[in-house]
Amino acid sequence: MWAVETQGLTVRFGQYQALEDVSLKVPEGSFVAVVGPNGAGKSTLLKALLGLVPFRGEVRIFGRPLAQADPFWFGYVPQIKTFDHTFPALALELVVSGLRRAWPFRVGEKERERALEALGRVGALELAHRPLGRLSGGQLQRVYLARALVRRPRLLLLDEPATGVDRLGEVDLYRHLEAYQEETGATILMITHDWEAAHHASHVLVLNRRVIGFGPPERALSEECLRQAFGHLGHEHALFLGGGRA
Amino acid sequence: MLEVLGYPFFQRALLAGLLVSLLGGALSAFVVQRRLSFLGDGLAHAAFAGVALGLFLREEPLYLALPFTLAVALAITYVKERSGLSEDTAIGVFFALSVALGAVFLAKARGYVGDAMGYLFGSLLAVGPGDLWAVGGVVLLGLALLPLWGALAYATFDRELALADRVPVGLHDYLLSAYLALALVVAVKVVGVLLVAAFLVIPGAAARLLGRTFAGMTLLALLFAFSATLLGLYASFLLDWPSGASVVLAQALLFGLAFLKTAFSGGK
Repeated sequence: MWAVETQGLTVRFGQYQALEDVSLKVPEGSFVAVVGPNGAGKSTLLKALLGLVPFRGEVRIFGRPLAQADPFWFGYVPQIKTFDHTFPALALELVVSGLRRAWPFRVGEKERERALEALGRVGALELAHRPLGRLSGGQLQRVYLARALVRRPRLLLLDEPATGVDRLGEVDLYRHLEAYQEETGATILMITHDWEAAHHASHVLVLNRRVIGFGPPERALSEECLRQAFGHLGHEHALFLGGGRA
Repeated sequence: MLEVLGYPFFQRALLAGLLVSLLGGALSAFVVQRRLSFLGDGLAHAAFAGVALGLFLREEPLYLALPFTLAVALAITYVKERSGLSEDTAIGVFFALSVALGAVFLAKARGYVGDAMGYLFGSLLAVGPGDLWAVGGVVLLGLALLPLWGALAYATFDRELALADRVPVGLHDYLLSAYLALALVVAVKVVGVLLVAAFLVIPGAAARLLGRTFAGMTLLALLFAFSATLLGLYASFLLDWPSGASVVLAQALLFGLAFLKTAFSGGK
């Protein structure tokens, strides 16, 4: 079964065409790195898959039309800049919101256990009772990841999860994602600017408003695809030369 | 204080004040975190235009203020969502429109300006049984809406996350605006147009300084609003000060104390 299937997916914001005729079939259990230049529509693609932006075309999630997909199938890690940093909240509450699809007035005992387990899984147990507004970018990313994982989603959508994270934290993040995927067989779509991470994915989607390339890294990160997507060879000339899965 | 509790007018004032403080306290956490304090002001002026329309048509002012303010609240939310204009711009337009309409209605309703002044400054001590029923009704409606607290708080924290979880954020925005409008209209008679926004801002602002969680902030806002009403009404009776103003001064005092605690002891 396809985890994500899009047919002619097109998103416009007024006169601006953010995505054009994107047709994709993402196999269940795959780890897809979504790459492309700024403004390529990467975040818009994830938002369309979540139903956050109006679109033309068709989106099916695990064979179901998007409107019929269970919200608990999705685990979403947005760019952390979206939330209100003045909002008085503890990390534990954010994780529990992933279980409830609502903000908790009071956290129940079972919810607390599950939230602490999820925080522990991403190495953030000590952050549980810390105010969100006082966490660093890397700490916030881990809490957001715990929030996404606590509901044990079938499809994880991550929007630049390594932003603001140091190199060690980044390696940790990928380790947690791989462990979760191994355990559950979940499908992961991750927007990244990290070419090394892209080389480690099972699939790479090269996007520049339309699909430039999609497939295993050695094929999708070809010189021709990258020239089409970026107009040059990208930020590093060794993108496609030094690749290959580790 | 105890002997004054024997007077029916004071009992009504106390009950009305506490009910309004319940409304203000519960809503103020959302008003502060969603940065809606200007909306409070805008809707208060819309309520005034509605009152002026009532005076002009020689109808019960609140009967007209209610639909008028509700319509303005929904219009602000609609214009903001459909135009891409920022919320404060949309509020600014309707704020000015309301004041202008209020001025026109009052000019054409000569002889009733004294009533209008009552609505501008409010009078807790002139609250009648009908006003009490109105406030009580809005409080009961608020209790019916309590199950939405979690969804509203979720969208207040991160609108996109709530939308991704299929929370009907747009519908909830309209409900919150509409309820805010209702609460403001019934509170205007008690507190007055000029001070009603304070009820929606100061308790939440003080609670924000001390609360570690949004639930804690909401409870603290309720506590501050309640305490300020008791303190303010007592001061009003003792010192012969205007009741609404006394309550707002008590709220400001509590905000000052919360600020001092935050500034000098590291707060939360």
